[in-house]
Amino acid sequence: METIDTATFNELRETAGPEFVTELVDTFLEEAPRMLADLKSARDAADADRFRRAAHSIKSNASTFGALELASLARALELGGLAADPARDVEAMAALDAAYGRAAAALKGMSHG
Amino acid sequence: MADSARLLVADDNKVNRLLMARSLELQGHRVTLAENGRAALDLLKREAFDLLLLDIEMPEMDGFQVLEQLKADLHLRDLPVIVTSSLESVANIVRCIELGAEDYLHKPVNPVLLKARLAASLEKKRLRDQQKEWMRRFATREVAQDLQQSGFALGGKRVHGAVMFTDIRGFTTLAETQPPEETIELLNTYYTLMFDAISTNGGVVTLMAGDGLMAIFGAPLPMEDPCAGAVRTALEMIETIELFNLERVAAEKPPIKIGIGIASGEMVAGYAGTNERATYTCIGDTVNLASRLESHTKAAERTILIDGVTRAALGDRVALEPLGPVAIRGKAVPVEVFSVSLGQKF
Repeated sequence: METIDTATFNELRETAGPEFVTELVDTFLEEAPRMLADLKSARDAADADRFRRAAHSIKSNASTFGALELASLARALELGGLAADPARDVEAMAALDAAYGRAAAALKGMSHG
Repeated sequence: MADSARLLVADDNKVNRLLMARSLELQGHRVTLAENGRAALDLLKREAFDLLLLDIEMPEMDGFQVLEQLKADLHLRDLPVIVTSSLESVANIVRCIELGAEDYLHKPVNPVLLKARLAASLEKKRLRDQQKEWMRRFATREVAQDLQQSGFALGGKRVHGAVMFTDIRGFTTLAETQPPEETIELLNTYYTLMFDAISTNGGVVTLMAGDGLMAIFGAPLPMEDPCAGAVRTALEMIETIELFNLERVAAEKPPIKIGIGIASGEMVAGYAGTNERATYTCIGDTVNLASRLESHTKAAERTILIDGVTRAALGDRVALEPLGPVAIRGKAVPVEVFSVSLGQKF
């Protein structure tokens, strides 16, 4: 799966303005680590509601920038909720972290490039 | 571009909030941001907004709770709400609509779609506001509120209250001796002054016919001491007319005189007419008696006449002159009539 859907990202730049999108990407890069941490702490606390909400937020922002892979993984967590086996969530969250790393790098390059 | 609207955006996610604000500002609107449902409600109670763009998944108070609270709030329930969310189930979207949301936009929100839906919602709101404004102009605040709360239904309910009729003496002669424009102006001034006295004392104007007015005290909303409200209104009206006459005489115009009749008791209040055109009114013996008392002011050469029920409710609070039993058209037995002495306050 493509890390960032170029068409979505370009459309965003066109409608909101490239400078604004650069700022928006920076905001996302500031906020996302907190959302990922929130997801993990919700998992640790077995707080299903907070877990779903954190996954929902990540999905929502990832979709805005066209970060397809990140959005799809976050969506799976939002819909699946807390797994019966915590190890599966930990695994899924590691995949989410990795996808975020790729999306962040790509977004940085695209918005500042 | 459409007129600039005052919009409130409620979203807990900073990226979503900033992007939504940007889209709306590019469309020429003024935007205020709230980080959760509770903050949004606080802002809505303090400031006036044209529309709310509401996220559903929020901490503190989520979008569903905000919709519920708005629905329960008389002042806020007409505020249009567009839900912007990436909710995963249709059931949730249905729930938003059922809770009164005007529209639903899936995130990420397409700016073109946003613009179109926003324009439609704002236009609907403009029409609703206009309707409300018209209702305020043609009905009174109490009737408008009653309509808003209970909806419209023909038919009445029994209420206990006081009815007042007023009339300008010799109005036809007056109207014949002056240009029609002047008569309209006189009526407008007269109505403004009388409406003010009536509403200050808790009454509702239910009928305007030429120079005649009918007002009810105690319906559609019950009030304490409706008889006192009606008599106070009458005294205030006379006082106001006297001041108005000083101006008229100074402008070399003839002074006007009015007659007032008040009766109290049970009556049926409600909307009468057809579903297309109806008026809020009261009917019953009490209403007829008030109208007859108003007519009788001429023969009795008194200004304010009240019936025995109104008199009993007032007790010793008001100076009166008993006129004894008077034969009233439509009444088998003569009724006790009292004249209220002018120039008193109670």
